[in-house]
Amino acid sequence: MEVINIKGTEDTPNVVLDKANGTFEISGRSLPEDVNHFYEPILNWIDQYASDANAETIFNFKLEYFNTASSKVILDILLKFEEIFESGKSVKIKWHYHEEEEDMLEAGEEYADIVEIPFEYILLPD
Amino acid sequence: MNSVKENQSFLDFAYQLYKTMKTNEISLVYEGEVTQEITKTFTSLTEKSLTKSAESNQVQRKVFNVMVECLQNISKHADTLSEDDEERRGIVMVSKGEESYNIITGNIIKNDKVAELQSTLETVNGLDKEGLSELYKKQIKEGRISDKGGAGLGLIDIAKKTGSKLTYQFKTLNEDRSFFILTSTIKRN
Repeated sequence: MEVINIKGTEDTPNVVLDKANGTFEISGRSLPEDVNHFYEPILNWIDQYASDANAETIFNFKLEYFNTASSKVILDILLKFEEIFESGKSVKIKWHYHEEEEDMLEAGEEYADIVEIPFEYILLPD
Repeated sequence: MNSVKENQSFLDFAYQLYKTMKTNEISLVYEGEVTQEITKTFTSLTEKSLTKSAESNQVQRKVFNVMVECLQNISKHADTLSEDDEERRGIVMVSKGEESYNIITGNIIKNDKVAELQSTLETVNGLDKEGLSELYKKQIKEGRISDKGGAGLGLIDIAKKTGSKLTYQFKTLNEDRSFFILTSTIKRN
């Protein structure tokens, strides 16, 4: 499967989706003006991945900030992985946050309330 | 003669503005078009000045978050004075008080949208932290976000992150339009 490797900018995140190496990661900031335009290839990639997912997927969220327009798309991503999880494969979300980023921890907890995937919260050194 | 007088009064105005800005620690005042480029510029300017000011990371992040939501609300939802005007304009002001940062934004809104916005604001102000979190989850789950990315979610997010009530006002401009002013307050401690 093709590898997605998008370099972040001041308003879009770094995204690495690599099935062969088992790397799934989104990091940085997400506040694009056109959320759908940025995330469309990512959502398409995940749809394709879902049809033949790895036995185990660990998805790392290392976001520093995301706007509310991005929050819905992040939920869409999580819902796609929820389907993979429900199909019997192992899926885990590693949600990273800094010690002073209570809001980011809370955001992770809110997603964990909505989707049925195991979440692990990882405290990053400041 | 007249223009000399005008120049003089403009200089007086500039000096008054400078003094007012200094006294109230206003770090940013803007009236004009609000685009993604403007949003990026203002948030990065404010971020830099906050980093210098030794404000806690948590406060810095909250100010950044709230500014993004307020500015994107204008760039996505502001109405214009006339139908053929396409620029989404607004005012933006950031001030620092003893206890808090205030982010004040204002934009034109059509009168027929005022009731709905007002009811969203009242709902948000009537909820505590837990209630806001429930409403936020409900709204992203139901996907009640337009292609523009609903303004309602932005307001819930601002209230959640600031822990303060949203202060707002609608000033009627004419029979079709009003000016909407929103103040978001971020406590410094």
